[in-house]
Amino acid sequence: MRAVLILAIVACACGSCALDPVPPAAAPAKNAFDAALVAKGAQLSALGNCQVCHTAVGGRSFAGGRPLETPFGTLYGTNITPDPGSGIGRWSEQAFGRALREGIDREGRHLYPVFPYEYYTRLTDEDIRALYAYIMTREPVQAQNRPHELRPPFNMRGLLGIWKSLYFERGVFQPDAARSAQWNRGAYLVNGPGHCSACHTPRNFLGAERKDQLFGGGEAEGWHGPALNAASPSPLPWNAEQLFKYLRTGLDEQHAIAAGPMEPVVRNLAGVPEEDVRAIAVYLEALAGPPSESRRKNAEAALARSASAPPGEGRGAELYAAACGVCHDHGRGASSGGALPLALGTAMTIPTSANLLRITLEGIAPPEGQPGRAMPGFANALTDTQVKDLMAYIRSHFGRAPAWSDVEAELAKIREERK
Amino acid sequence: MIRLDVNGKSQEVDTDPATPLLYVLRDHLQLNGAKFGCGLGQCGACTVLLDGKAVFSCVVPVSSASERRVTTLEGLGTPDKPGRVQRAFIAEQAAQCGYCIPGMIMQAQALLERNPKPSPAEIRSHMSGNLCRCGTHMRILRAVERAAREP
Repeated sequence: MRAVLILAIVACACGSCALDPVPPAAAPAKNAFDAALVAKGAQLSALGNCQVCHTAVGGRSFAGGRPLETPFGTLYGTNITPDPGSGIGRWSEQAFGRALREGIDREGRHLYPVFPYEYYTRLTDEDIRALYAYIMTREPVQAQNRPHELRPPFNMRGLLGIWKSLYFERGVFQPDAARSAQWNRGAYLVNGPGHCSACHTPRNFLGAERKDQLFGGGEAEGWHGPALNAASPSPLPWNAEQLFKYLRTGLDEQHAIAAGPMEPVVRNLAGVPEEDVRAIAVYLEALAGPPSESRRKNAEAALARSASAPPGEGRGAELYAAACGVCHDHGRGASSGGALPLALGTAMTIPTSANLLRITLEGIAPPEGQPGRAMPGFANALTDTQVKDLMAYIRSHFGRAPAWSDVEAELAKIREERK
Repeated sequence: MIRLDVNGKSQEVDTDPATPLLYVLRDHLQLNGAKFGCGLGQCGACTVLLDGKAVFSCVVPVSSASERRVTTLEGLGTPDKPGRVQRAFIAEQAAQCGYCIPGMIMQAQALLERNPKPSPAEIRSHMSGNLCRCGTHMRILRAVERAAREP
């Protein structure tokens, strides 16, 4: 504790002398920006999912207020509309670029890395200019930022100086000349604006990415972000075409349907240039590398099981037959809307029951008023005992993996959230 | 034998525990309020209450309902003495073909039991899983608002 205190004092001291505010600028006029630049910024904003964290459910776009639960407390997305008082209307392009590149706000305070500047630091000057043009031409909304609710010592911003010196690597994306232009574009989008590894890489006790397990599977908002590297838990290896289809439409019939925090990601990717999504897919396919011999054999077995899975026995099998099988079995193909054969899904094979529990209890629903595939939630229908029986059955019968040890705890957590 | 508590009445049915609750209600207990729509939990015509919460009975195994309170449309009132939500749906003439209406009423009932004064946005959000192909949505929404308003 004393060490933390000393660190905090040092950090506060460093913090106050090192960071200068950028002088406030007059809010730029809407017509100050070139329309093509604004349009490019809109695409980058979609690729970066900016709106997701900076908009409250049912709130005005980019006006902030969305809570983000972290192991350190709850942070609230800030107002990034060009409102001069409560938003970022007085931020010059220089201040905006510094926030993205260095994680420092206009007043000179460190930003929490929940704002993914670790990735945005890789953005090119041109892309930062485009994002600035887009954000500054949004509708200004007067909405005061809600203070973060962080546990001590994480509520001391000065400490972020230390965190940054330990974990934050500044620097624009450097292309790899040995790779294709498409791979490089994908690498830039995935590791820059897309900040994919933020949810798909495990983090250490201070919330920093474990670089030795880059894309080795992470966590976001109570969901597990599956590994995207060679450790991918997908029963069938992904190829670029399938990745493209999933990222563009939210569904690939042999792998996954987007759910949880991935749902807004694919919704955004539906509207960006097709070649960008193809580049991401090419990069991710290369990231996982060609599947090993044993993985290829397991994939064949999973495919065979998905085609004709003999029903299991016991209470879990019974529940599955009545509640799940009508859509997930019986030879229903993609034409019915695409209920995934569970032998091919990732939720069954990842190390935690969290995703399968959330899908089972909450279902899958498109945002209100928007089209999309829907699965009913079973939170009201199934008792806790039944949910546990069902999880045990699905995990062993379809996932072919040893029972999860976290079902009880995850189930209790989700039930509590739903109260 | 599976023991069920339906609309406050204790019943026993002899059936496979994996049978959908909807089939048991309609075929064994002759409670035909809940309708078979899609059979996939996608339309809401089969909505009933389980311990006061809405479920799609076509994808609920009857074993789930054992030892729990089941409420169907018949449990809310009778043609002579309709319940509050039923009266509101009649007053707003919310039914066209009427096939979705039992499910709509049960979904609305679940909402009002939990939240007696829902906002229009809350009503829309809560009712969004129940589909009507005739397009009487505006009347249905008015009926739910009326039910929330009237005693």
